[in-house]
Amino acid sequence: MDETSENLIEIHDLKYSRGPRPIFEGMNLTIKRGEITALMGPSGTGKTTLLRLITRQLIPQHGVIYVNGVDISTLNIRKLYEMRQQFGMLFQNGALLTDISVFENVAFPLREHTKLTNRLIRHVVLTKLHAVGLRGAADMMPAQLSGGMARRVALARAMVMDPEILIYDEPFVGLDPISMGVIVRLVRRMNDALGITSIIVSHDVAEVSTVADRSFLISEGRVAASGSPDELRTAKSELVRQFMHGMADGPVAFHFQAPGYEEQLLGRDSE
Amino acid sequence: MNRMLRDIYNTLLEFVRTFGAFQLFFLKLVKHSPAILATRFDLVVKQVYNAGALSLVIIMICGLFVGGVLGLQGYSNLARFNAEDSIGVFAAFGLTKELGPVITALLFAGRAGTSLASEIGLMKATDQLSAMEMMAVNPVRRVLVPRFLGGVIAMPLLAAVFSAVGLFGTHLVAVELLNVDVGAFWQQMQNTVDIEDINEGILKSVVFGVTASHIAVWEGYNAIPTAEGVGRATTRTVVITAIAVLVFDFMITAAMI
Amino acid sequence: MLQTRTVEIGTGLFVLLGMGALFFLTTQTTGGDDFDADEIFTVEARFENVGSLRPRAPIAMSGVTIGRVTSISFDRENLEAVVVFVIDSQYDQIPDDSDATILTSGILGSQYIGLQAGGSDTYLEDGSEVLFTQSAILLENLIGKFLVNAGGED
Repeated sequence: MDETSENLIEIHDLKYSRGPRPIFEGMNLTIKRGEITALMGPSGTGKTTLLRLITRQLIPQHGVIYVNGVDISTLNIRKLYEMRQQFGMLFQNGALLTDISVFENVAFPLREHTKLTNRLIRHVVLTKLHAVGLRGAADMMPAQLSGGMARRVALARAMVMDPEILIYDEPFVGLDPISMGVIVRLVRRMNDALGITSIIVSHDVAEVSTVADRSFLISEGRVAASGSPDELRTAKSELVRQFMHGMADGPVAFHFQAPGYEEQLLGRDSE
Repeated sequence: MNRMLRDIYNTLLEFVRTFGAFQLFFLKLVKHSPAILATRFDLVVKQVYNAGALSLVIIMICGLFVGGVLGLQGYSNLARFNAEDSIGVFAAFGLTKELGPVITALLFAGRAGTSLASEIGLMKATDQLSAMEMMAVNPVRRVLVPRFLGGVIAMPLLAAVFSAVGLFGTHLVAVELLNVDVGAFWQQMQNTVDIEDINEGILKSVVFGVTASHIAVWEGYNAIPTAEGVGRATTRTVVITAIAVLVFDFMITAAMI
Repeated sequence: MLQTRTVEIGTGLFVLLGMGALFFLTTQTTGGDDFDADEIFTVEARFENVGSLRPRAPIAMSGVTIGRVTSISFDRENLEAVVVFVIDSQYDQIPDDSDATILTSGILGSQYIGLQAGGSDTYLEDGSEVLFTQSAILLENLIGKFLVNAGGED
């Protein structure tokens, strides 16, 4: 695979388990350059784990993950950190460093990795903050921000090193509709204007459908379905339909595994 | 029965494993320390401020009162032998060799240790440490080592302040309140206390500083990333530090006699 | 950043205060017998009884500290205590027939060795031995004698 290949990330036969519980059992997945890819699935299917695997915060027990054609399990620490600079990641609730101001948060990667002058840093940081509409909040502390604002600052921080790939971990959780709309618009704009590849992990079907070019539905350690939002919505598979339409019962049972109801109530299960 | 044995075995093994990991973690902190001291001294300064300057008030107040109590106790006991002039000696030995380092370490665990553990635990719980990883910044270097070094630097200084303020407290009680002769107070002290005694106190406070900071940083870094987990980590910090400090205190004292 | 100055000033004050405290402890609480000469010579003396004399105890002449005890051991053949001590080299004219006495500073104070000058023309030098010694006066023996005498007068 050469650098300009259409596939930015390829996952082959990934297996990973935490303790005795298998999370991925032979998963294959491809993320195309320049697209917005959504990874969806019911809670507890390991979507966040998958992100950590892609960025090698975790190491798979089996299988290979290629980023830009490189098998990331072979990287040493220095190469790994170089690779991570191609990533920008937006954590669930922003993960801003709480002891420094908004400005310093966005400047953080620049100060750690570059030798830019203060003037240049100021210039870059203010530009990025302006892009997310929070230039006016530069001097605030993270604790003073609302959830939506914190996420926008985190987005500015994720972009400050001009990454190739932006990863969003549950970017829509716990936001009011306005903030949600703002984030959706920003995701789209970043992707198109900067030619970034975006990966969104979410179970917010409606929001994801409006931005994603391609969605993967993950269930039971595998990719259960993939395609554009429209394709998924009209899919035949029961699981896909249950998830996309939010039905309480279906292949993902309403009831957690339990002994027979009648037996347990009548106290016969202890024998 | 068999199962009980296996449980005991597993618990023991887990304990040994944790202890080993704790020591390896220490090596990691030490390994990165010179580079951080040389290149990111600004980060260390901030932590010296957090661990040291912010603990100063509590250290000084406690030192003053502990010194005062030594004055009262010393007077009432020594006066029976007409030896109240030796209060200075009594207080200086007590403060510089024992009470200074030990009480400072215990107060440090309560004031700075808990704040270190909870701060690091919260950074972990709110993904700040993962975010650093993702920004290709090693959180051990960027977050843990400066905090560790801050504690290590602050502790001996705090202990010295404690002892000095404590002696002042003894002086106030003995000389100003109980009319012990000021010349006798200081001269007997100076005749008896050796530089070795002071050094023993400094050695202790350095060891306690390393121990307390190591434990606090470890507990924070390994906290279960939930509100409850962070709370438990801060409690464990105080308990484990208190035990470790007193055990080390005994060992050092026994070795120095 | 807004707080950088506060942090720096606070840290500076804290470190200065800590150093000040350390300086205070090392200089003001110690130093009644701060003997730290660079050039020294070693002398020994034998005592019948050293009482509670300890290594590092001062050697004083006319009340001035001129040296310090380095070791105390017991001679198995002659059955007496051997005290080795060092003296600052600038005091190189101490007559070799001087007297060494174990004295106590104050009633409950620590013990030290007092040297009383003799009249000889030859001086103590490295490796000499002080021949005239007086053992420690043990408080308990004194009290014992006093009681016996007091009893005898009845």
